[in-house]
Formats: sequence, C-alpha cells, structure tokens
Amino acid sequence: MTSLLPSVQVLLPELIVAGAGLLLLVIGVLQANDRNMSVLSALSIIVMGVAAYFVVAPVTLETNAFNGAFVEDGFARYAKVLILLGAAITLVLSQGYFVREKIARFEFPVLVMLSTLGMMLMVSASSFLALYMGLELQSLALYVLAAFNRDSVRSSEAGLKYFVLGALSSGMMLYGISLIYGFTGSTEFAHVATVIRQSGVPIGLIFGIVFLISGLAFKVAAVPFHMWTPDVYEGSPTPITAFFSMSPKIAAMALFLRAIIVPFPDAIHQWQQVIIAVSVLSMILGSVAAIGQTNIKRLMAYSSIGHMGYTLLGLAAGTTAGVEGVLIYLTIYLATNAGVFACILAMKRNGQMVETISDLAGLARSQPRLAFAFAVFMVSLAGVPPLAGFFGKFYVFLAAIEAHLYAASIIGVLASVVGCFYYLRIVKIMYFDDPAPAFDRDQTLSLGTIWGAAGAFSLFFIVFAAPIWSLAEFGAKALVP
Amino acid sequence: MMSHFLSIITFLPLVGALVILLAPAAAKLVALVTTLIEFALSLFLWTHFDGHSAAFQFVEQSSWLGNNITYHMGVDGISMLFIVLTAGLMPFCILASWKSIENRVAEYMVAFLVLETLMIGVFCALDLVLFYVFFEGGLIPMFLIIGIWGGKRRVYASFKFFLYTFLGSVLMLLAIMAMYFQAGTTDIPTLIAHPNFSPAMQKILWLAFFASFAVKMPMWPVHTWLPDAHVEAPTAGSVILAGILLKMGGYGFLRFSLPMFADASVYFAPLVFVLSVVAIIYTSLVALAQEDMKKLIAYSSVAHMGFVTMGIFSLTHQGIEGGIFQMLSHGVVSGALFLCVGVVYDRMHTREIAAYGGLVERMPIYAVCFMVFTLANVGLPGTGGFVGEFLTMLGTFQVNTWVVIFAATGTILSAAYALYLYRRIIFGALVKPSLQAIQDLTWREVAILTPLVVLTIAMGIYPKPVMDVTSASVANLIQEHKTAYAAAQHYRAPAAKLAKSTAPLAVANEGAAP
Repeated sequence: MTSLLPSVQVLLPELIVAGAGLLLLVIGVLQANDRNMSVLSALSIIVMGVAAYFVVAPVTLETNAFNGAFVEDGFARYAKVLILLGAAITLVLSQGYFVREKIARFEFPVLVMLSTLGMMLMVSASSFLALYMGLELQSLALYVLAAFNRDSVRSSEAGLKYFVLGALSSGMMLYGISLIYGFTGSTEFAHVATVIRQSGVPIGLIFGIVFLISGLAFKVAAVPFHMWTPDVYEGSPTPITAFFSMSPKIAAMALFLRAIIVPFPDAIHQWQQVIIAVSVLSMILGSVAAIGQTNIKRLMAYSSIGHMGYTLLGLAAGTTAGVEGVLIYLTIYLATNAGVFACILAMKRNGQMVETISDLAGLARSQPRLAFAFAVFMVSLAGVPPLAGFFGKFYVFLAAIEAHLYAASIIGVLASVVGCFYYLRIVKIMYFDDPAPAFDRDQTLSLGTIWGAAGAFSLFFIVFAAPIWSLAEFGAKALVP
Repeated sequence: MMSHFLSIITFLPLVGALVILLAPAAAKLVALVTTLIEFALSLFLWTHFDGHSAAFQFVEQSSWLGNNITYHMGVDGISMLFIVLTAGLMPFCILASWKSIENRVAEYMVAFLVLETLMIGVFCALDLVLFYVFFEGGLIPMFLIIGIWGGKRRVYASFKFFLYTFLGSVLMLLAIMAMYFQAGTTDIPTLIAHPNFSPAMQKILWLAFFASFAVKMPMWPVHTWLPDAHVEAPTAGSVILAGILLKMGGYGFLRFSLPMFADASVYFAPLVFVLSVVAIIYTSLVALAQEDMKKLIAYSSVAHMGFVTMGIFSLTHQGIEGGIFQMLSHGVVSGALFLCVGVVYDRMHTREIAAYGGLVERMPIYAVCFMVFTLANVGLPGTGGFVGEFLTMLGTFQVNTWVVIFAATGTILSAAYALYLYRRIIFGALVKPSLQAIQDLTWREVAILTPLVVLTIAMGIYPKPVMDVTSASVANLIQEHKTAYAAAQHYRAPAAKLAKSTAPLAVANEGAAP
C-alpha cells in the first residue's frame, strides 16, 4: 500500500479521462437539456487533449502499476495518442449531426469518454484480467453507442447484434484465458512467457491461445469473425460508425499485438499459422466482398476488414519491424478513415443524409475540393503511391517479407489489386460520371477541417514518413526488444 | 543550384500545378510556360552532362524513409535523354490540347503537370523504393486523363489500364523488398555494383520485375490494355502514353534486370526473343486489319517495342544502344503520329480510317508531315526510325540469326500497314462530301509538327549527339553485366554443396527468431 502513489501517477491520463467522464455525466443529468451535448462534447475534447498531453509527457518515470498488470511503455503511449485522437475526431465530426437527426443526448460524449477509458486500459494491460476489464468497459459503452438512435430499427438492430455477438466473443476469450491460466498458472503476460520458455507448449495451452485469438479477431473484425461489421457499420449513426472504424479498431489491434507477442514469443510457430490464415482470409474477403456494395458505409465496413487483414500480416511477422509496420499502418488508417467519414457526413441532400455510392456521381463538378479529398482517401486506401496508404502497406509487407511469409505477401498484394477496383470505382463515379443533384452547401467548418487535415496528411505523408517511422520504431521496441 | 538541379527539374511541374490551382483561369498559359521552362532546363542539363563518363551525375542524396531507404537522384547516359524526351514532348501535348479540351481545363493541365513530375522522377530515381513511388504514382493522373477526357469507352479503358499495370507492379514491389533483405539496401548504384543474388533467387526476382515491365512496354501477350487505352485517351494522353510511359519498361530492363540479375537475364533471353518476335510479326498483322487510326498506331507501337526488347536482351553494345535509340525515336515518331491523328480528329471527330480519303487535295502540308512520320515509322533510312531498328537487328544478329530473320520480316509488314494507312487517308479521290471543306494545318498545328519533322529527320541523318550521351554508359552497363554474370557462375559451381550445408542453418535461424 505504500507504493500506491507512484501507481496513481502512472495512471494519470486514465484517471483524468475517468474523472472527467463521471463529472460530465453528473453535469448532464443535472442540466438535462439536449443543447448541452455540444458543450459537453467540447469539454470532452479538451479533456482528451489534456490526457494526451500527459500520455506524451508523463509525470513519473515509473512505468508499471498494480504489480505489473498495467504498463505505460512507448507502445502503449503511441496507441493511446491515436485512440484519443480518434475519439476527439469523432466528437468533432458529430457536431451538428445529432441535433439535425434529433437524437442529441448528453450521454453521447460521456459514452465516448468511457469507452476511450476502456481502450486506454486495454492497450496498457499486461495481464489477462486487466485486459478483460478494459475490453469489457469499452465494449459495453460501444454496444450502447451502436443503438444510440433508439427509434431507428436499423440502429437498434445494430446494437443488439453487436451486443450478442460481442458477448459470445468475450465468452470465448474468457474461456481461452482460463485455459491459459490453467496450463501456465498465471495471468501475467511476462510470467506466462517465462513458463512457456521453461516448459514448452502443452496442447491445452494451444487451445487457450486459439480461443484468445478468436475473441480478439472478433474485436478487430477479422475473417471469420467479421459478420457483425457490415450491419453495425450500416445501422449505427454515421459519427458513431466513424468512431467504430477508428479508436476501437486501433485499441483492439494494439491489444492483439501485446496479448500475443508478449506472453507467447516462444509459441510463435503455433499462433503464427492461425494469424496468417486469419490475415489472408480478411485481405481476400475485404477486397472481394466490397465490390458489390452500394452503401458507402457498408463498403467502408468491408474495407476495414481488408485493412485489418493487412495489419494482422504485420503481427504474423512477430518482429520489431512487424509491430512498427502495424503502428504506422494504424496511424495512416486513422487519418484516412477520419477523412472518409468526414466526407460521408458531408453527403447531405435537402437536409437528409444520403449513403448510396451513386449519390456521389459527378461530385467533382459540384464540389471539386470535397471530391478531390474523397478521391485522395480512396486512392490512399487502395495503397497507390505516393499517397499515405502505400507506405502503410509498404512497411507491413516489408516486415512480412523479412519474416519469410512469401505466400501470404503475394496473396496480400494480389488482394490489394482487387481492392483497388472498388476504391477506384468511387473515384470513377465522382469524376467520370454525369452529375447527380448537388449536395447541400451548408458545410460545417468542423467537417471541412477534418477532411482537409486528413487529406493533407494523406498527400504529404511521403515527406514526413521518417519522423513517424522513428516514433513507431520506438513504440515497437517496447514490445519486441 | 547545381547540387539540387534534378530535384528542381523533377518538381518544377508540380509548382506549375500549384500555380494553376491558385489561378485556374490562366491554366493553359501557366502549363505551357512551365513545360517550356522545364524543356529549357532539360536541355541545360544535357549540355552540362559529361558523355565520356559512365558514372551517375548531378547526384543528390538525403534521408527519406528511415531503414536506409534514401532520397537518391542522379542521371547517367541511359536515363539522360529520356528526361529530355519527356520534357520535350510535354509542350507539344499542352499545345495539342489548346483547342480540343474544352471542359475542366484547369484539372486537365494539373493532371498533365503532375504526370510530368512523376515521369521525370522515374528516370532520375536512384533508389528502388523511390523509383517505385514515381513509377506507380504515374498511374493515377493517367487514369484520370483517360477516364475524364477520353472517348466513349473511357471507363473500361481507364480501369483496364490501371489494373493491368498495377497488377504487374505489385509483384515488383515484393521483389524490391526481397532484394532489400538480401542486400540490405535499395540503393540502385550499390545494387548494380554488388549484385550478389543467387542464380535461383535471380530468376524469381527477374520474373517479378519482368511482370511489371512487360506490361508497361507492353510485350505480347500482355499488350491488350494498350490499344484500348490509346483509342480512348485524348490526343495528348496518347502521345504521353506512347512517347514516355511505354519507355519506362525498357528503361527498367536496362536499369535493373541486366546489371542486377545478370544470370537470369541470360537465362531468360530466349524467352524475351520469342515474345519480341511474336510481338513484331503478330501485332503488325493485327495492325493491318485495324479500322481505327489510333488502334493501328497502338499496335504498331507494340511491334516497335518488340525491337527494343530484342535489342536489349541481345546484350551487345549495338543492340542495347539501338534499343535506347529506338525508344527515343519512337517516342518522337509515335507521339507525332498521334498528334497527326488528333489534327484530323479535331476537324471530323472520327478516327475511322474509312471516313477519310484524298486529304492530300485539301491538306497538302498535313500530307507532307504525315508522310515523314509514316516513313519514320516504317524505318526508312534517313529517318530516326531506321537507326534504332538497324542497330537492334545488327546487335541481335551476332547472337541469334533466326530471331533477326523473323524481325526483319516484321519490318516489311510494318511498311505494309503504315503505307496502307497512308494511302487510305491521304490518297485516293476526295469523294466524301464531309471532307470537302476540311482546312489545312493552322499556325498552331504547324508550330507543333514542324519541330517534330525536323527532329525525326535529324535523328536519322545525324544520330551522333544521342550516341555520344549513351555510348559510355552502355559500354559500362555491358561490363557490369559481364562481371555480374561471371560472379554468378562462381556462385553456381559450389552452390550445390553450399545448399546442403546451409539448409539446416536456415531452419535453425528461423527457429531462433522471436
């Protein structure tokens, strides 16, 4: 008990988010008023900025808390900054949307804060129990968010589907954790690694690892645990879909990396095959299934499945370069998705949101700047140089080739060519087709800022790739020395 | 300024594109001025280029991606003239689009200027990753140029163009990564100087690079995207496609395949010969049957690129130099032919050969220009087309007589389709009423075609300035290839023993990896 204070200092960013979240909840309840939402959102953004500051500039040199169940290393810091950024972008994107759709409630920023807290705990978790706690905190908040538009059948369906399947996957993961505990006698990552190094990999432990991977694959929406993604993406209110595609994906992927690489470095031959299979299937499904989509949000769901496949390839490599590749990929993925969803939120005609891809026809003529940004994001997602997305794929494939995963790499690049087709189809619709009726012109400044900044990032990543690379390398070294 | 000259010349068009974004109304003028300055700079580069040295010149290097992948630029005798060709064709493209592009002019000019930056970058890059970024980046503006300003089936053509070339290139990307881990660097001069890849690995890498360059060239049987792209692209797009983009494939063979995979290049040379000969004869026959002018010229491009690949893989001095010369002269001649098609297309809005006939009566100046380019396309002595074809055949003759016998047959076929085209369009009686009022070249068109006529003939009579630049680098290239080939033979002899002893070691290493 004497050492509680250092622990608290390590947790400072999380404590700030938790305290502020509860405080906002109280304010919201006392001042129950729909217009409060934007004020509370603004406050939340400030809180996230403060938390991000303390993530980057920690107040203590201590990095462990709660007897090693919580670590604050370079890897966790990198992921946390991305998560906080994603959450803040979500709050910016939602400005105006909820009021317009008449579902503005003060719970929204509070729920985003609480799930963000869960994500921050996830990426720092260094024991299976801490991992599970963080995961459930973020998941429960996300289930509610998916069903946020409770009068809409689609939104409620999305929430329910997400909840049922999410609970199932949590159960599987818990079962896996109990098996791992049973065969190694510990839930601490470091201790599990020591036990495996000394006494090998019993068959029961492999079962545990597979169940763990299944649960984690569900959270990142990798094939064959991806079924929920298109429905949830389509049904949820668009800013919340944007949130799903950014922070939770990043947190889950960071968790995936830590929970596989740190405890099981000596079981790489066992889990590597599983990850490769999941990765290859995700890459293929993500690119093939998206071709037939007509709804832009559904298309983005399949796109995110494909992108998680590429990041998993970095995990499959299991090396420093692999982790580094994943971190860079996630950074680029965050920026591009933020941009895409800002563009989708700008798709509004006569005050109504539209979501079909054909609504974009001829956008290049009615709104050339928006169309250009959208095209940049699409080409970047397709992985064509010199845009950011290419470098994400580049670093991941570099790691995969280094780890001799040749077959998976070849399938991966071929899948990216197929994926290219549907990304380019959107460019084609915007630039080659005859114009559909123009979108409403009353663009809010916040949306423009987000797609403008994300577009600039995607275009000019090529210039500042080196600094991001060295940050990611620092983060990766914390995980795989 | 001289230390960053290549960066300036590469990114100047991008600056022009930014200016257009700020002042869209003056798009045409800004684009023309930018490309003219660019051309002047490229000529300045040529005059300061030392043709006696085979080393890379105007080199600049700075850190870029980490992982010792650097921003490394430089030119040698092989790449030097492609830069001049690129910069030289661009002003013609802008001028050719002056009247024919009416909608979205600013975007059009921006696309062309961005494309110019990427094309010049391809020829300057001295790092594999940097090369790849420029090489692939060029697809996006070309995709837009075909798709937005193209003809009726533009969407099909643009997608086919993009996906075909992208598919070829991603395999090259994996090969680049494999080379990086084998050699520890992606620096092109280092890789050329120390290409220590085992013969087995060389074959795989060679095939991966071949997948990319063969599509780009294009070689038979992966040429089918080219006729579609050419037919649907606007005139200037066709000029760039035929004049520059196709040359990147040949340039890639020279820069990477020959020096870096010397053993595999020798091993696969017969394959390249067969594909080249098929391309020369088969596509010439296909060209004979075409009803669309642009399609005919597109197929003739495939045939001419067959000479280039044949010459390059003869691995002789004449063959390689001929291949480079053929690429340069074809860049000028095919570009000019597409401009000629554009001239009548702007007037009649059809490319059907059958819609024309007897143009010589109404358009005598046009008939003369078209005649010069047609004869150059045939390879008549005294035109640029002859020198390249002759040298490639001369070089290949020393290696394989049969290949040249078939290739020479192809030149007869090229005379057949080119002159048949000319007869159907220019000669005969002017019977079609729609052609009665057709006007001869305007001053703008004369200004475009005259320099190209002069250049075509000059290249045919006095090719020395070109040879002066390329000769030393080609000699050096052959030397590097020979050294690397000899090294591979040493590698091969003890390789059988080594393979056994290293096999368990490799497994152990894999096991030790985390």
